[in-house]
Amino acid sequence: MKTKETETHVAGSEVAERIRRSATSDRPYRFLLRGTALFFGAVIVLFVWSVLHTAWPALREFGFHMVTGSRWVPGTGPYGALPLLVDTLLTTLIALVIAVPVGLASALALLFLIPQRLRTTSSALVELLAAVPSVVYGLWGLWYLIPWLNKTLDPFLAGITGGAWPFNGPQEGFSVLLAGIVLSIMILPTIVAISRDVISVVPNDLIEGGLSLGATRSQVLVRVVLPSARTGILGAIALGAGRALGETIAVAMVIGSNPQLPRSLFSTGATLASTIATEFGEATGSTGSALAALALMLMIITAAVNAGARLLTKRALAHR
Amino acid sequence: MTDTLTDLPPDPILERRAEIQMRAAQTLGRRTWLSRVFLVALVAAFVLALVPLGSLIFALIQRGVSSISWPFLHTLPTQPSLVDQSAIGGIGNAIEGTVIIDFLAGLIAIPIAVLLGLYLSEASSRAANFLRAIIEIMTGLPSILLGVFAYEYVVVPMKTFSGMAGIVALSVLMVPLIAKASELSFRGVPATLREAGLALGARSSRVTRGVIIPAALPGMITGILLSLARAMGETAPLLLVIGASGNWTWSPLKQMSSLPLLTYNYSGSQYPTQRAAAWGVALTLVVMVMILSLGSRFVAARLRRERR
Repeated sequence: MKTKETETHVAGSEVAERIRRSATSDRPYRFLLRGTALFFGAVIVLFVWSVLHTAWPALREFGFHMVTGSRWVPGTGPYGALPLLVDTLLTTLIALVIAVPVGLASALALLFLIPQRLRTTSSALVELLAAVPSVVYGLWGLWYLIPWLNKTLDPFLAGITGGAWPFNGPQEGFSVLLAGIVLSIMILPTIVAISRDVISVVPNDLIEGGLSLGATRSQVLVRVVLPSARTGILGAIALGAGRALGETIAVAMVIGSNPQLPRSLFSTGATLASTIATEFGEATGSTGSALAALALMLMIITAAVNAGARLLTKRALAHR
Repeated sequence: MTDTLTDLPPDPILERRAEIQMRAAQTLGRRTWLSRVFLVALVAAFVLALVPLGSLIFALIQRGVSSISWPFLHTLPTQPSLVDQSAIGGIGNAIEGTVIIDFLAGLIAIPIAVLLGLYLSEASSRAANFLRAIIEIMTGLPSILLGVFAYEYVVVPMKTFSGMAGIVALSVLMVPLIAKASELSFRGVPATLREAGLALGARSSRVTRGVIIPAALPGMITGILLSLARAMGETAPLLLVIGASGNWTWSPLKQMSSLPLLTYNYSGSQYPTQRAAAWGVALTLVVMVMILSLGSRFVAARLRRERR
């Protein structure tokens, strides 16, 4: 009896000892995880540093003129990125003007109006659109949207406005307008998917409350569902905007690569990202540095927009 | 009694209610009609959103299939001339370059990203939260910035464009995506499973290896395949750093060819034959991307079913 107790006791202490040892010998694991985190943190720092460091000569030479100057001629300074900034914002704005209403309507339709069986298929289609590489959108824009703009949309817009600003000037197809339209199609999946998610967490009580008060379905959607999901919807829009601001290849293919302030929506242009893409190959010396300065601006803008977007969507989804 | 009741001043709430009911009844017809119009408009907008998708897929299949042939897929490109514009050759080396670059970038990114995802799912220090926020922001940064990064640290020191630079750019692109996806799937593993493992005396590395990773596997694999798909279609960073090649290149230290870049270059070619062939390149690329992204769904569903 006595011996057995001692045995158990001994075994118990052995287990305790093993547990203690295993806790200490688990250190390599902790080190590994922390080490990886530190390593990738260092990569991120290097990444930001690479852009800053390359941009530095241009920033020092041209200073704030880099942002406010409106002359951008590849190969010769002083460089001013104002036309590129304007075109970046303008194409994103066009994209949002088209994609936000269509995207919100699609999200509402997907959630409340489309029959269940079609819903999974349509959701899969939307995700399919998101998986298509951007170069393919650019190719499609070149082959299908340019003829459509030339033949139909541009003359129509110029026609109904009497050629007034901003629908004046020569119609070449390649234009800020076309880039905006291509972007709107590219950000549509993002806006639909995220706003669908944030709308789906609107409590059913609210919707049923609205209906039981005698409101029609559209009244409930517009006055109950959309307002209570507005934080998340803003987040979805910001995410879409972030994507549009940074989209490179598709824009470079359709905007016409002309770094001048746009005279109208029909004029060719160049965005921050598209300019880096099209000019980096031939860039030497100060041009390279000026392009890195564009990259820096792009990084600051998109990081800010994305941070805002994450904050908004996170807050919206936390309310579920 | 009855006198005092009728003498009472009219109840404002009842009056208001009657007024509301009257208004509601009066406007019912108009509201119902407006509602119908609105709902139809919503569905119409949705259908409108599908039009570009339909057109894109139709174009890819129609134009892509007509320019793809077996030789197109496995031979080297040739340079067309004004005399013989049809001599565009194939895209074999671009397929090979794309696969090599994507595969090696994944090989670098996956271990780092999975460990990072583990760290993020376990740690809750301020540093970890900060890193998590930065990584989330990184997933939304334009990929061309990674081209600048790879140019500075790979192309400049090596003094040449190379597939390696593309691999570096794409692996940095993939790490945040995979880390995010694996963090989510690690967090999705029930705490009771982890605690059961720990209560049996296993150290946490053993619990991670034996319990958490197997339980989180479907989510991880989905994340990995989707990130590989995303990276495969990236053009912008490769445009800055991998150069071009007309030959089979098995060494990533040399310049390489890749499908997205070839699509871009062909689309702006002076030869109509190459411009048309851009669709064939694009279709090949899209099929490869779709295999990965549909594969992710399939694998995840398969693993989940086996689990049951």
